[in-house]
Amino acid sequence: MIEIKCTVNGKPTQVRIEEGETLLDMIRERLGLTGTKRGCEVGECGACTVLLDGVPTDSCLMLAALADGKDILTIEGISSGRELSVMQQAFVDEGAIQCGYCTPGMILTAHALLKKNKNPTAEDIKRELAGNMCRCAAYNQIINAVQKAAREENKD
Amino acid sequence: MYFVKKLYLPETLPEALKILKEHPETTILAGGTDVLVKMRHKRMRDVTLLSLAKLPLSGVEDKGDEIVIGPGTTFTALAENPIMQTRLPMLCTAARSMGGPQIQNVATIGGNVCNGATSADSAPSLFALDAVLTLTSAGGDRRVPIREFYTGPGRVKLESGEMLTAIHIPAGEQARWGGVYIKFSTRKAMDIAILGSAAVCELGEDGRVIKAAIAMGVAAPTPVRCTDAEALLTGKTPTAELLQEAGRLALTACSPRSSWRATKEYREALIQELSVRAFQEAYRLAGGKAL
Repeated sequence: MIEIKCTVNGKPTQVRIEEGETLLDMIRERLGLTGTKRGCEVGECGACTVLLDGVPTDSCLMLAALADGKDILTIEGISSGRELSVMQQAFVDEGAIQCGYCTPGMILTAHALLKKNKNPTAEDIKRELAGNMCRCAAYNQIINAVQKAAREENKD
Repeated sequence: MYFVKKLYLPETLPEALKILKEHPETTILAGGTDVLVKMRHKRMRDVTLLSLAKLPLSGVEDKGDEIVIGPGTTFTALAENPIMQTRLPMLCTAARSMGGPQIQNVATIGGNVCNGATSADSAPSLFALDAVLTLTSAGGDRRVPIREFYTGPGRVKLESGEMLTAIHIPAGEQARWGGVYIKFSTRKAMDIAILGSAAVCELGEDGRVIKAAIAMGVAAPTPVRCTDAEALLTGKTPTAELLQEAGRLALTACSPRSSWRATKEYREALIQELSVRAFQEAYRLAGGKAL
């Protein structure tokens, strides 16, 4: 067992982990943050996406030991209290959620996209979300939701 | 959870090389997007890993006559690097074609090379650009041209105790120069190339081709250069007919196989077509007329 220090959803956190443990294992099993989903576990579906220092990362393909000193944002950290974030609300409004399994990863990746591109085109969104699979294929609604969130954020 | 016997996280190169020397069975972990998948599929188990995460191995440097790429540079960092975008945009195209954004954010060009896969998206461009690799061990450095580095499917000339520490790309005069990478795959993202084709063209003042390089991935057990096609084009002013002939000659360097992605015959057709398309575009970028 080794100990790592990182920031999880804004909170300084110390965790004891195994060397072979993935960041996904750590987030779900040790921190109990089960919003991050376990999907394919080989980096193909994006359900386990978290933001590592703001960058979308498949937590299934990252050893937890390598998150030492990093800032981790999971879906639980995206809203403030019981209020949904702009992106979450836009997903609800646009019907971009069907079974919901891809949604946490989708929202985190989209959140990171809006940080670097305030007015993404449909093509930009398709490119940035290419690593997040939605097997219900709600892709059109998801693109609409991201564009709606962009409009909302640009209002303020 | 992976069964990892031991994970080393060295912070300096000498420290890393010492570990590799003392524990030659160690597997080097760069971005981890291939090694961890192999471990997940139980093709590797009980592994000692040496992570490169803390080593200063990333970044791109323009040294005038060559561009030096740190092997720890991620595909995202490569694609967004201004030096790469200006001097070697074909490698930015390759970086953006590999996996998806999450994979590009952690996967490194060095890992892509050292895996030894013929489908590596960086390989056709690095072959066409005559990249040279610095391999470092506790005993010192040696340089190996990338064209000699791949020895078979998943096999490279990396001796025990050695690691890749730099990728050098000769990059001289940019006038009358063009380079292109075309990835042929079913999907635009999260897919492995059915065929990858890269071409580099440099023109003389009189408009003749003074350098032609055509490289293919997934056309043979290792990436290859199509030297017969290159020889035909060198010294000439390309015409549509000459390009078609070069496409046919591109096949002499290749030995594609059938896989579930595509048949041998389909790949042969792609080799002919994509070698032509890639070179045609490189020629146009170098200042030649559209053919």
